[in-house]
Amino acid sequence: MFEVIQRQMIVPNLHLLTLRAPEVAEQVKPGQFVIVRSDKDAERIPLSVADWDRSEGTLSAIFMEVGASTGKLARLKAGDLIPTVVGPLGKPTEIEKFGTVVCIGGCYGIGSIFPIVRALHEKGNQVITIREGRSAYLLYWEDKLKPYCHRQIDLTRDGTMGYRGHVKRLTEVFRENRIVPDRFIVNGCTFLLARTSNELAQFNVPTMVSLNPIMIDGTGMCGVCRVTVDGKMRFACVHGPDFDGRLVDWEELLTRRKQYVAEEAFLVHHASDCGA
Amino acid sequence: MAEKKKLDLNRRDMPKQPPHIRRRNFNEVALGYTPELAVVEAKRCLQCKKPLCVKGCPVEIDIPGFIKCIADEDFAAAIRVLKKKNVLPAICGRVCPQEEQCEKTCVLVKKKASSAIGRLERFSADWEAAQGPVEIPEIRPPTGKKVAVVGSGPAGITVAGDLVMLGHEVTMFEALHEAGGVLTYGIPEFRLPKAVVRREIDYLQKLGLKLVANYVVGKTKTLDQLLEFYDAVFIGTGAGLPWFMEIPGENLNGVYSANEYLTRMNLMGGFKYPRSSTPIKRHRRVAVAGGGNVAMDSARTALRLGAEEVYIVYRRSRTELPARLEEVENAEEEGVVFHFLTLPIRLIGDDKGWLKEIECLRMELGEPDKSGRRRPVKIEGSNFIMPIDAFVVAVGNGPNPLIPNTTPDLEVTSGGNIVADPKTGKTSIDKVWAGGDIVTGAATVILAMGAGRLAARSMHECLTGEKLLTTGTEKGLGEGEEESER
Repeated sequence: MFEVIQRQMIVPNLHLLTLRAPEVAEQVKPGQFVIVRSDKDAERIPLSVADWDRSEGTLSAIFMEVGASTGKLARLKAGDLIPTVVGPLGKPTEIEKFGTVVCIGGCYGIGSIFPIVRALHEKGNQVITIREGRSAYLLYWEDKLKPYCHRQIDLTRDGTMGYRGHVKRLTEVFRENRIVPDRFIVNGCTFLLARTSNELAQFNVPTMVSLNPIMIDGTGMCGVCRVTVDGKMRFACVHGPDFDGRLVDWEELLTRRKQYVAEEAFLVHHASDCGA
Repeated sequence: MAEKKKLDLNRRDMPKQPPHIRRRNFNEVALGYTPELAVVEAKRCLQCKKPLCVKGCPVEIDIPGFIKCIADEDFAAAIRVLKKKNVLPAICGRVCPQEEQCEKTCVLVKKKASSAIGRLERFSADWEAAQGPVEIPEIRPPTGKKVAVVGSGPAGITVAGDLVMLGHEVTMFEALHEAGGVLTYGIPEFRLPKAVVRREIDYLQKLGLKLVANYVVGKTKTLDQLLEFYDAVFIGTGAGLPWFMEIPGENLNGVYSANEYLTRMNLMGGFKYPRSSTPIKRHRRVAVAGGGNVAMDSARTALRLGAEEVYIVYRRSRTELPARLEEVENAEEEGVVFHFLTLPIRLIGDDKGWLKEIECLRMELGEPDKSGRRRPVKIEGSNFIMPIDAFVVAVGNGPNPLIPNTTPDLEVTSGGNIVADPKTGKTSIDKVWAGGDIVTGAATVILAMGAGRLAARSMHECLTGEKLLTTGTEKGLGEGEEESER
């Protein structure tokens, strides 16, 4: 069993979950995910890892409460024991010295982009972080991200913090701030990933997105997470979760994510439209 | 001297749930022999001096020995004899293809019908379980050697069981949250109740096996890291990577790999939905591509979920079906419709991305291919459309690449299978053995167990220098079949 160290709602509907899983914490790298189950009958929920403490043997993830299973996770409290924390799964995000890297996080992705920002910074990149959300009250971790960012920019749909607007505004934001990106990295819900990939294609630089399709085992066994990338079938859990967003068949992925909407209980942590 | 006994040629049938009842429930289809039936059937065995059946068994069970015990109504002795060679009698009694192995070589086959070895094996194991706590056999004193077994399917369980009995400290790692591998996620409840699998694994834990679930070797720790802690490692990670058919439309909603379809049902308890939390779709017309046991399992699962029509779409003819005959007959009785010599070539969706029909081609049989089966040849222009709302791809599985990908020194074939000595299971890395589907490609439970047995012997020898006595002829393991045959 794995101990819950803390579970805290950090902004409405988004929870920070910290778990003790020393062996996973020891291996985890930026961009990887874990699969958790909150009790013995619960489904397996993939969560992108947002931080870890190797000396304490703990790791954290941010998840959105959207349905029955994430609802169970959202009721966990410190000291609870859960039966499954398995990982780290998926390939780590590629971290090299790229130059200027723009990291865009929305929803739970503001959390999962954090270790990527930190690692890119440590590699000597100039990291620009963009937090995206419907409104100021949905943004978090400003202070946590700050030390590792060259610039931190916010984008809210209602203009309550930073720039007003959506990803369409990004081109203008870059021009205004004289940002010439060498690479984009985007974490967040599928809508954000899809729209950002389309919007940023004009820059003609790698646009790495962390995909979040429906998964069961997370180890390449079931194939439910299959996506079409550059015309080829890929399993997000083992070939990804990072792919170049310019090559992803977004329409197919968005359709595949809706498979169990009717069954409602099957809602992974990032299954809903969080306003992106 | 006793009077020469007249041959009893009537193999006793095992009571089953009637087809019209069982096609709508997930309870076990075959109900098992009663003690009376078992004794009558056991008495048919001729007790050959040189038993051919044993030669047909990959783990070399003393078959006449345990059957004699049943005939003498000493069921406790029967299970003891079985467990000397087979740690999983309740499972093997249910899912081994006996008709291709022990029962095929039974001398009674020539007369009429072989001794029902599998059914008697199952009877013995179930009888024991019904008696309450199982007997714990004598275990050798600790050797002080630590062994890691990666994967808790049939191969891993066999290695673990054998090595625990020999006094080694064995830890078995499982990536999923439940042990058993394909026995747990793949084979459905109605063919192999999960309680039976759990019972066998509990037994191994009672013998001293340490089970670590939720642990992905290749991710949580690499193989190299395991080697720092363990004196020997066995890899039995199976054939877990589903193959698709590479035809248009495979990513439509309503298309599943058999692994997904069965895992949702079995591991995640989908058949209990909405009481379980992993949802399943109710489909009306389901087509399953493939002709192996996995295809039969998928089709019969679909029926039980309430589908109105379930089709097996297979590109060869009935004779070439790789599934066990018994499972084919069960499927037919339950109402699965077989479309032989039919090849799906395109999956067609509606405007919302859901599967609505499949396009197929008729085939005819040509010359035999390398598997010895007649090659299916397309009949051009024979295209036709079947209305379908779910399509399950059961055309086989490849080896899971997680360990080879993170272990550069491990030699693998071009297909990604681990290269292992067929006599010992030794791999290209010192102190590392492998066996089961990860080596042979998708095959059967008992072949994986046979490989586990050979590897356990070799591992024990390397760990202690002691050569174990072997009985019968040691065999290498066959090449993988094209269709999955678990």
